[in-house]
Amino acid sequence: MHQLPSHVKIIAALFFIFVSIATPISTWGAFIGYLIVILITAKVAKIPLFTLGKRALIEIPFIFFAILMPFFGKGEIVNVGPFDLYKDGIEAALSIVAKGTIGVLTAVILSTSTTAREILRGLERLKLPRMMVQIATFMLRYVNVISDEMERMKIARESRGFEATGIKHWKILATVAASLFIRSYERGERIHLAMLSRGYAGELPHEESRHVPLVRWAIALSAPLVALLILLITTGMDK
Amino acid sequence: MTTPSLEIKDLAFAYPDGNQALFGVNLTVGQGERVALLGPNGAGKTTLVMHMNGIHPAAHGEVKVAGQLIDASDKANLRSIRSKVGIVFQDPDDQLFMPTVGEDVAFGPYNMGVRGDELNRVVIEALELVGMTEFKDRPPHHLSFGQRRRVAVATVLAMKPEILVLDEPSSNLDPASRRELADILRSLAITIVMVTHDLPYALELCERAVILSGGIIVADKQTREILGDKNLLQAHRLELPVGFSI
Repeated sequence: MHQLPSHVKIIAALFFIFVSIATPISTWGAFIGYLIVILITAKVAKIPLFTLGKRALIEIPFIFFAILMPFFGKGEIVNVGPFDLYKDGIEAALSIVAKGTIGVLTAVILSTSTTAREILRGLERLKLPRMMVQIATFMLRYVNVISDEMERMKIARESRGFEATGIKHWKILATVAASLFIRSYERGERIHLAMLSRGYAGELPHEESRHVPLVRWAIALSAPLVALLILLITTGMDK
Repeated sequence: MTTPSLEIKDLAFAYPDGNQALFGVNLTVGQGERVALLGPNGAGKTTLVMHMNGIHPAAHGEVKVAGQLIDASDKANLRSIRSKVGIVFQDPDDQLFMPTVGEDVAFGPYNMGVRGDELNRVVIEALELVGMTEFKDRPPHHLSFGQRRRVAVATVLAMKPEILVLDEPSSNLDPASRRELADILRSLAITIVMVTHDLPYALELCERAVILSGGIIVADKQTREILGDKNLLQAHRLELPVGFSI
């Protein structure tokens, strides 16, 4: 799983997510099937369930809005305990939660089994515009440099007795953000100079694309294909 | 006589805002020479360095690298010049922008058209020269400052330059890294121009030194002789460290 070429994995993950989006929420079985496929994939990739769960927490803010949906709407009303909920709202909310969770879990598996650098290489092989890949590459390289710089500036502020506690300090924080921006911008210029000095002409080095054996494709695509099969079977049963 | 690595004649330059930085610089550096470029802050040292590989086009006068005149309007010319002049910038974080050390060292040769196994070989060779081979697949931000500086040197050595230009090579280094870098620089059979405020370092590494002050070269002698001339140093805001004597 960790050895699969990244662009193959990206395609497989996208394919899997598309299948789950295409599934109507009324076909319950399908989503359980997808979840099982995901758990098996995680098992094969040797990703502990705990890690998977922890990283998937990023979804929570999105679910928050889904939870509100059953309370607003119109049409048929269902009584659930003390609440009067709208049936359409419940379905829409469940749909968002189920598909969102499947999508997030898939992305977590992709990002856990692939380094950020490899994902970028994969995107490059998938012919994503070069400029976008380069910008993302630089972001990956400099996110630490800039966060260190931010940390040092914070320490320097605190050393002079400043601690941001409330809205009255926003003005100062805005100045900080501005100076961080200027610094980064100037660093960008210096980097560009350093690149020109080494003959930069619009292209970053990349590996020549290697031929990916069909077996690898088959392994990677097995998960979304199983998902597609589940979709066809469950919707078939409904009719 | 062999062609000098660097030949600068009557070079003058003013920034677009009218601020003139260079007022007619003359400097010739022979093959294999190591020259220290000294001078106070704002003397135009960095501006001069930026002329050595055509980042700043010469407004007046001319710059020749290994006998080749820099022509900033000709892209092929610039490409060839930039493969001959390797500049190591002061902040390694500006120079190392690729996700791993190996890829960064590959950046220059790749731009020069080197590919495949040959590229790999060049990268390993350059990293060997600075003793950083085992860090090839590491991201630069996991390295110490001294290690990053050494990798920065490797990134330009990989281009097999005629001349290596270092901007403040010893700044921010601990004493051991400073000495290690000196050993590496001494081991290279290459022309070196070193911009520095670290006078003992200049003495240690360079036979010859020049002082750039107010946009012109005001002294060009043996390093020992320059550092021994207290009045000259004082006139150009240069000072030996306390307790250091020649």
